[in-house]
Amino acid sequence: MNGEDKGLPRAMRVVVPVLVGIVFLGMWEAFVRLGNVPPFVLPAPSLIWTSLVLNFDSLMGSLWVTLRVTLAAFLLAIVGGIGLAILFSQSRRIEMALFPYAVVLQVTPVVAIAPLVLIWVGYDRVELAVLILAWMVAFFPILSNTTLGLRSADHNLRDLFRLYGASRWQVLAELQLPSAMPYILAGMKISGGLALIGAVVAEFVAGSGTGTGLAWRIVEAGYRLDIPRMFAALFLLSGLGIAIFFSLSWVEHLLLRRWHESAVRREF
Amino acid sequence: MTEADAPLRPPLLTLAGVARTYGNGTVALAGVDATIRQGDFVSLVGPSGCGKSTLLRIVAGLIGPSAGDVHWHTTDGSRPADIGFVFQDATLMPWASVLDNVFLPLKLRGIARDKARPQLMEALERVGLADFANAYPRELSGGMKMRVSLARALVTQPPVLLMDEPFAALDEFTREKLDDDLLALWRSQRWTVIFVTHSIYESVYLSERVLVMGARPGRILGEVAIGAPHPRGPAFRRSHDYVDHCAAVSAALREGVAP
Ligand SMILES: Nc1ncnc2c1ncn2[C@@H]1O[C@H](COP(=O)(O)OP(=O)(O)OP(=O)(O)O)[C@@H](O)[C@H]1O
Ligand SMILES: [Mg+2]
Repeated sequence: MNGEDKGLPRAMRVVVPVLVGIVFLGMWEAFVRLGNVPPFVLPAPSLIWTSLVLNFDSLMGSLWVTLRVTLAAFLLAIVGGIGLAILFSQSRRIEMALFPYAVVLQVTPVVAIAPLVLIWVGYDRVELAVLILAWMVAFFPILSNTTLGLRSADHNLRDLFRLYGASRWQVLAELQLPSAMPYILAGMKISGGLALIGAVVAEFVAGSGTGTGLAWRIVEAGYRLDIPRMFAALFLLSGLGIAIFFSLSWVEHLLLRRWHESAVRREF
Repeated sequence: MTEADAPLRPPLLTLAGVARTYGNGTVALAGVDATIRQGDFVSLVGPSGCGKSTLLRIVAGLIGPSAGDVHWHTTDGSRPADIGFVFQDATLMPWASVLDNVFLPLKLRGIARDKARPQLMEALERVGLADFANAYPRELSGGMKMRVSLARALVTQPPVLLMDEPFAALDEFTREKLDDDLLALWRSQRWTVIFVTHSIYESVYLSERVLVMGARPGRILGEVAIGAPHPRGPAFRRSHDYVDHCAAVSAALREGVAP
């Protein structure tokens, strides 16, 4: 086996998507220019870029607000989700009592409860309301995945721990949490994206001029028919989502590459 | 240590009418009586599904009998805390290195890894895996995994060792070597070993007594005493004595199959 065989596909994984992106943007630019499409219907990529540069400060400020809320909601979802799952794993009774309410949290659409949360929290604290709503969306996948993961520890290993007189805490720390790791990470990958979606949706609902995140920039650009700016904000939002997803994939790879089937590279 | 002094050893464990029915109605064991004395090397031989693993789990206290009595002749009548168990599957933690897997029993007792290191390396050397201390289970062959599991069971130097077909997945050559290693350890450490196996030959080679089990329902059909003195070596495998004992165990097994 020579080095090229292994190296080539890895480089291709970056090069090919980038090439596809460039070709796509080129066709878009050509389509707009040759077809004389007005910018308020579909702005050319170059115009979107110009708008991004012109509005750089306000857009970056909004990006930061959205990122901040998303990350805070995501971190709280991780802490809350894993914490509650651990509590469930320690007591079947608590799980029985509380799980249905966790499901209620999950099946209620954010859009439907956003106005309520906004009223309760107050329109002067929109960011907190957005945070709560984003957390509610991001929380459940981590809770349910962790709960499943904590339960999926090999039963022979459980017996072994019992045989050696391991305490509850040792079983949790040394057996259940490591077994649950792949499940937790899968849940985090789902929740990371959901936290962003939750933050954006919540801000749309709140959007009465008090919001300052990217979602509000999109609403605002829409009011003013400033479509290039709308696209610029949209691109930033997608970029943020992609960045969150790939960072989490990377973390997952780092943590699982040595042992879990999903992350180890197969040799043929 | 020979069979001659065996009756003088104090009893360690008495099973009286031990039965086990699983939740789905399977009668895995029906009335097993046996006495294990301190320092015994006893094998359990029987066809697949006759309840060997079930019996071993009951002895270990991992599951309870549905009837009968498991009595340990310890001061408080309970199972000794320090007991080694080798499962039928390697049962390793896939997220931990070979060294950390072997470290587990000591870690659970609150011993620091650095302090345990010489002990860990010794256990790994014993099973010929010292070079693989930092490997992960998925990087090992089936037989190597089984040897890690063996090293883990031995690392605490447990006075009582329960083994469920520990070498069934190994090649003949490695298996004979580990059989000899196990015998040497047993002789020097005066452990009590209960050894489950499919192999008549292995049971005769290793043990002082072979308990022959039958299936449907699981029960003990008979006992064959292997009088040959320890240490045993290749010469024993070729002796008439050995062949006769194998024939005796085999005959006892057939009894259980015949209508
Ligand atoms: N958890 C369980 N639930 C229900 N039935 C079980 C369970 N474990 C074992 N059995 C049944 O009990 C019987 C004895 O099983 P056991 O595993 O003790 O057999 P064994 O002698 O160890 O077989 P083998 O040599 O194949 O390992 C079998 O018929 C099996 O189907
Ligand atoms: Mg078995």
